[in-house]
Amino acid sequence: MSPQFTRRALIGFTAVAALAAGCSNADPMATSSPSATTGASETAAATTITVGSARFPEAEIIAELYAQTLEADGITVKRNMQIGARETYIAAIKDGSVDLLPEYTGNLLQFWDPKTTAKSPEDVLSQLRDNTPEGLRVLDPSSAEDKDSWVVTSDFSSKNKVTSLADLSTFGGKLRLAGNPELAERPYGPKGLTDIYGVPAANISFTPIDDGGGPLTVQALVDGDVDLADIYSTTPAIAENNFVVLEDPLNMIVSQQVFALASEKVPASADERLNAVSKALTTDDLIAMNARNQGDEKASPSTIAADWLKEKGLI
Amino acid sequence: MIQFADAFAWLVDPANWPGPNGITARILEHLWYCLLALVLALVIAMPAGLYIGHTGKGRALAIGLTGALRALPSLGLLTLLAVTMSLGLRLAIVPSTIVLAILAIPPLLAAAYSGVEAVDPDVVDGARASGLNEWQIVGRVEVPLAAPLLVGGLRSAVLQVIATATLSAFLGLGGLGRFILDGQAVADYTRMLGGAILVIALALILDGGILLLQRWLVPSGVSIALGTGRLEGR
Amino acid sequence: MRFDWVADNMGQILMMSWAHVQVSVLPIFLSLLIAVPIAWWAHRQKSARRVLVPISGVLYALPSLPLFVLLPVVLGTRILDPLNLVVALTLYGVALLVRTAVDAFDSVGRIIRDDALAIGHSPRQVFWRVALPLAGPPLLAGTRVVSASTLSLVSVGALIGVPSLGYFFTNGYQRGFPTEIMVGVIGTVVLAVIFDVIIVVAGRLLLPWVRATDRRRG
Repeated sequence: MSPQFTRRALIGFTAVAALAAGCSNADPMATSSPSATTGASETAAATTITVGSARFPEAEIIAELYAQTLEADGITVKRNMQIGARETYIAAIKDGSVDLLPEYTGNLLQFWDPKTTAKSPEDVLSQLRDNTPEGLRVLDPSSAEDKDSWVVTSDFSSKNKVTSLADLSTFGGKLRLAGNPELAERPYGPKGLTDIYGVPAANISFTPIDDGGGPLTVQALVDGDVDLADIYSTTPAIAENNFVVLEDPLNMIVSQQVFALASEKVPASADERLNAVSKALTTDDLIAMNARNQGDEKASPSTIAADWLKEKGLI
Repeated sequence: MIQFADAFAWLVDPANWPGPNGITARILEHLWYCLLALVLALVIAMPAGLYIGHTGKGRALAIGLTGALRALPSLGLLTLLAVTMSLGLRLAIVPSTIVLAILAIPPLLAAAYSGVEAVDPDVVDGARASGLNEWQIVGRVEVPLAAPLLVGGLRSAVLQVIATATLSAFLGLGGLGRFILDGQAVADYTRMLGGAILVIALALILDGGILLLQRWLVPSGVSIALGTGRLEGR
Repeated sequence: MRFDWVADNMGQILMMSWAHVQVSVLPIFLSLLIAVPIAWWAHRQKSARRVLVPISGVLYALPSLPLFVLLPVVLGTRILDPLNLVVALTLYGVALLVRTAVDAFDSVGRIIRDDALAIGHSPRQVFWRVALPLAGPPLLAGTRVVSASTLSLVSVGALIGVPSLGYFFTNGYQRGFPTEIMVGVIGTVVLAVIFDVIIVVAGRLLLPWVRATDRRRG
């Protein structure tokens, strides 16, 4: 029994080890497009580009647009979607874990330069390019925008006569805010309401909800558990619930154009096609795509992206 | 290692303790979530486990069920309940409590039935012969004799619940998970590590507390008798 | 439950399941490989036991998310490297198994071991020919628990951007879509059952005498 045990154990262990080793080498996330015939350079075809995204649905949809464009160009694409907040996915593109990400101009500029005063799309873009670390490049921005936006229910708005962030400084009571956890540290979060719009910090409480302005955040607002919520401007739920998006006369939330942030591993030959995608994309497209993704259809980001790219004749 | 030094500096900074977002409040919230879940789990697992152990009925079912519960991913269950129950922010405590209770039930249930089963059948028969009814046998003989195993089950339930209650912050709740999730969102490793240290410390303190309580409550004869009984049995 | 959605997204579901499996296999295997020698040492030396068993208890109290996030800092790995997850899950697996394995070796008993030594077995032979085979059944049971808990913990990796079935939890949560979350939960349970069957079958092949003991126990 005993020698038999040892032998069987050794065989078993070796088999499992081989299996495990085989597993960690194989790469299920890599998808290559066999139909690719367009003029991809040899170097481009040889490298695998990892496309990533922030952890909210729209970011993944835009990332899919870029990913499928690269695949149509004959590049092998690996996907690592919905990574996390900006701190995590920017660290990931810097250390080479991912090579291409969809980003938003204003938020990324404020992330790299928290003291920036740039407001206009042009200023934001040029300062963003100045602040971009070596090894990364900012491709052409789209006219499509998705901003953080502070929204209230129409009840709250009419009852308290609040239609603008500027109205909040004279609002006497406590303001209960909700948004993604990182908002607590952002210049357009609770701190911005105090520093820019003069709402006393003592009157603000902030509840972090980890769903990227998703259903729970929306529900917290509808239920009256919070007064203000940060919901991205392209979210279909804003119109569905008749929420009032508070105006931002002092431009606390700066221009947020969509663009592709690329590492050196993304061949320059791909820039043209990626830029063409950004150029064709509009804010209304984003709203429509989010509605397909979050509404009843629950279409997957890859389907939505493929449909849009075909419709625009980009793949 | 510098990270650890920063985290300890964060922990001992008196400015981080008071207030609604301070460490004190977060610890109390964390304990509250865990207490609710443990009470719910005990109310379900103890009667069921004692019944199974005493009567021998439903043992296969209990083993299968505890195995299945162990395989349920807490994060999935938490998000699923949050989305389907749609109780919003105010009642986010409901899905959180259910998920943590589901985590605590398998060790408690297993400890209860295996503890009662391990009691020497001769002892039970003796008790029955001396006129005790079934309720009295469970209450006066089986539970005290199974106490060491019951406490063992409670300890592993507490450890898991304390560690997993950090996920409740995902639904907008408080607790020590706030430091971890909020820290992660802005890559503030100091706060994150500080939160993790607090969770571990809390788990260890509670674990030690339960052990002390056990020494104090369980008659010394029981643990010795059970200890030797186990050895002979094997 | 929207079965049309499940059918439409089968490709992604399978891809995420496979990613889930990939991250899980190595930690389960490594836990066993690491925990058994540690437990043997703790079983034979009281002083080692006094340190090792409580440490494994502490490890299990570690909340998973900070461990996943901090490992790249400690290991110097890249932030999205699945290796971070593998190391963290192995730690949990070892923590779970050490206690089980120490108990298993204890149950083999000092007397049997001394008998084996007396009839001329070397300590190494005692381990391979007597202690390990006799401790096999509880070790197998422990491995099954490690397997279930590993598969369930992998999904927390979704919070740090490592692809797994956990993706369906965070994504379904953001979209308020129960079907998607359910797919992740059911997928995890199905994988757990498959792994369990594989471990049980492997156990029967490695420990052919176990079945006989089981039957005797009734």
